Amino acid sequence: MEKTDLIKALAQDPHSYLTKIKEQNASKIIGFVCSYAPEEMILAAGAQPVRLLSATENPHRADLHFQSYGCSLARSILDAALASRLDYLDSVVFPHTCDTIQRLSDIWRINLPQTFFADVVLPVKLTSSSARRYLMDVLEKFRGDLEAKLGTTISDAKLQDAIRLYNAIRRNLNRLNELRRMHPGLISGRGYSDWVTAAMQMERVAYLALLEAFVADMEQAATGHPASSAKKLVLAGGGCTTPDIYGAIEEAGGVVVDDDLCMGTRYYEALADESLAPLESLADRLIKRPVCPAKHAGLTRRADDLIARVRRSGADGVIFILLKFCDPHAFDYPYMKEMLDRENIPSLLVEMESDGQAGGQLQTRLETYMEII
Amino acid sequence: MTSSNSDFWKTLGIYLFGKAKKLSLAFKKAPTMKELMMVYYAEAKSASLSGRKVAWITSGGPVEPLIAMDVIPVYPENHGAMIGASKMGGGLCEKAEAMGYSNDLCSYARSDIACATVNGGPIGGLPRPDMLVCCNNICGTVLKWYEIQARYFNVPLFILDTPFCHTGYSEEAARYVRAQIDEYITFIEDACHKKYNFEKLTEAGLLSYEAQKLWQAVLDTAASRPAPMSAFDAFYHLALIVTLRGTKEAVSYYQNLLAVMKDRVARGEGVVPGEKYRLLWDNIPIWHRTRWLSNKFASHNACLVADTYTSAWCGVTKYIDENRFMDSMAEAYTRIYLNIGVDEMAKMVLDMIDKYDVDGFVLHSNRSCKPYSFGQLDIQRIVEAERGIPCLMIESDMTDERSFSEGQISTRIDAFMEIIKERKREA
Repeated sequence: MEKTDLIKALAQDPHSYLTKIKEQNASKIIGFVCSYAPEEMILAAGAQPVRLLSATENPHRADLHFQSYGCSLARSILDAALASRLDYLDSVVFPHTCDTIQRLSDIWRINLPQTFFADVVLPVKLTSSSARRYLMDVLEKFRGDLEAKLGTTISDAKLQDAIRLYNAIRRNLNRLNELRRMHPGLISGRGYSDWVTAAMQMERVAYLALLEAFVADMEQAATGHPASSAKKLVLAGGGCTTPDIYGAIEEAGGVVVDDDLCMGTRYYEALADESLAPLESLADRLIKRPVCPAKHAGLTRRADDLIARVRRSGADGVIFILLKFCDPHAFDYPYMKEMLDRENIPSLLVEMESDGQAGGQLQTRLETYMEII
Repeated sequence: MTSSNSDFWKTLGIYLFGKAKKLSLAFKKAPTMKELMMVYYAEAKSASLSGRKVAWITSGGPVEPLIAMDVIPVYPENHGAMIGASKMGGGLCEKAEAMGYSNDLCSYARSDIACATVNGGPIGGLPRPDMLVCCNNICGTVLKWYEIQARYFNVPLFILDTPFCHTGYSEEAARYVRAQIDEYITFIEDACHKKYNFEKLTEAGLLSYEAQKLWQAVLDTAASRPAPMSAFDAFYHLALIVTLRGTKEAVSYYQNLLAVMKDRVARGEGVVPGEKYRLLWDNIPIWHRTRWLSNKFASHNACLVADTYTSAWCGVTKYIDENRFMDSMAEAYTRIYLNIGVDEMAKMVLDMIDKYDVDGFVLHSNRSCKPYSFGQLDIQRIVEAERGIPCLMIESDMTDERSFSEGQISTRIDAFMEIIKERKREA
């Protein structure tokens, strides 16, 4: 399938694709480091939002700025920028996320001063009306910053268009997730992951057309798809980048049917309310979307959501994937596991680096886990 | 008295007396600290008997609104420092790891989370909180830590969200934090079941401001040659500006301490005999090795005359209007040292290098504290470029004594001091 190959190539090597876009001077390219970036705003400014992901290279340039106990995602992104591998970027946006990304922003600003740069200091608390007001203020400020930098006007009408386009993409990704829930194995884990990754890289109108066609293909394929005997799993945790764990899971006799991942449902599940004024709509979506552990949306919200996700998909268990040195996820893991235990939902913890390396024991551990659940 | 209470008094007494004896050197006023802290922890431990409320609060959180309502503030981070100094961090961190917490997480958080479940540590655990107050101006870790404790103790949690000031304090952040001060007042009223006392807040604000200025004046005395106190003394005397800021006790304590320091300056009495070299310290102390480090540097006639850590509790007085405390505290609490950009931090470090006339810069790369440690390599580079003084980075952990390699660190300090000595000889 041509579109699948295209998406796979793009997801696995976004640099080549983005360099070509830059050469064609098709549009400005604006990088962002976290799924809370208000992408609709960037799109409405006429630029292409691109999520910065880990590369597999040894990030030795970043060693001059980050100690070894910094997560590989932050180190890898910084290294790519220092090595001029991200020269196609016209600017970078740092939404406030965790302590590490916060300092990555400072280090970037100090060492790469030639790039236009915006900190979008989102609230950490999402539960109060003052936080909501502040979030709208921050979005308005970001709008002004982008307008000034790109010499454009981001009208409400343009924002509405961007919101509608993003909602269409999100609806299709939700449908894809629904199809893998209803027909385990219909879409490979890696294939799904490639589509989500490409959603954050590719020119969005073209991407939506491919995605719609792919979803239609999958709808058709679903009718004759045989029932799967594989163990159904929900993937949860950090990573913040493409987790290359799907192959190992499938080889061990499992199939992922849903997830709580930054490169998954946390990115696309919540839709923006198109009946609201655009800024309010963006703020409202960021508040109600599946929450990242670096933000506060209640004391048990993440575990409650995860349990509901397991119930809705009829999964046999949960696999937590934690990126080494990712504090917010590591702090949440014990209580989430405990709440799963209380519901008799078995779980397995896998700690990994962002390049997908999880150690030689992974296959054995996965196989043992599949036997138990 | 129950056996656990008896253990508490015994261990607290041993801890405080030991600290006073070891670290305060010859300060005659040192027992006052011991007495104040004894009374403070005794009050906190017996709060349920006296009908007072206990709030656990982060070290950078606004304590004055609690003091004004007679709520006893308790500091898990201060407790973490005590755990570290008592060399009990490793054991408690192991316990947290057995509970599922990664050993890469903050050791204050790990030891406190474990301690709450076993009432362990040097004072038999902290008193149970009636409420939790978390201000994220120091890190994102406290948010996760306080969520965990809010679930464990099932008590209300207030989060004061102070937007990070990468390049300044924005108008929208100012509005947001100011609005939250009002929400904080309402939260305290609800938790205490009584109307807020704004008059007392004004009083606590004035006292807090005065104590912060006094604390700065105490630290400033180390600009004298020889320095009458070192950063290791500051680590000890810091306890009150953290825990009892906003009380008369803190003000009078620092008034006395300032008098003692001024007297030492007048007499030319240095804390390190034969002080020849002056150093600046960065990051949270290595609590389990303060004595060892103090002796190690002193053996080279080197004094750590200042540090970026203890000065954080008086670094924002410029933003405080003591006559409009409630309004100005929003800015003061948002712009503290750890909530600003690395370039602004570097500027403050350069100012301290000049003010205290230091010969070298020692950076503790603290595995437990990412917002304090990430950016240190750039600060080090800026210091080397701008001031040309030698820098030493040592990697360890503030509370978890398992992350300290004595032989390696000792060798590196010796080599660092040789470079400084060489530079001084050349000069």
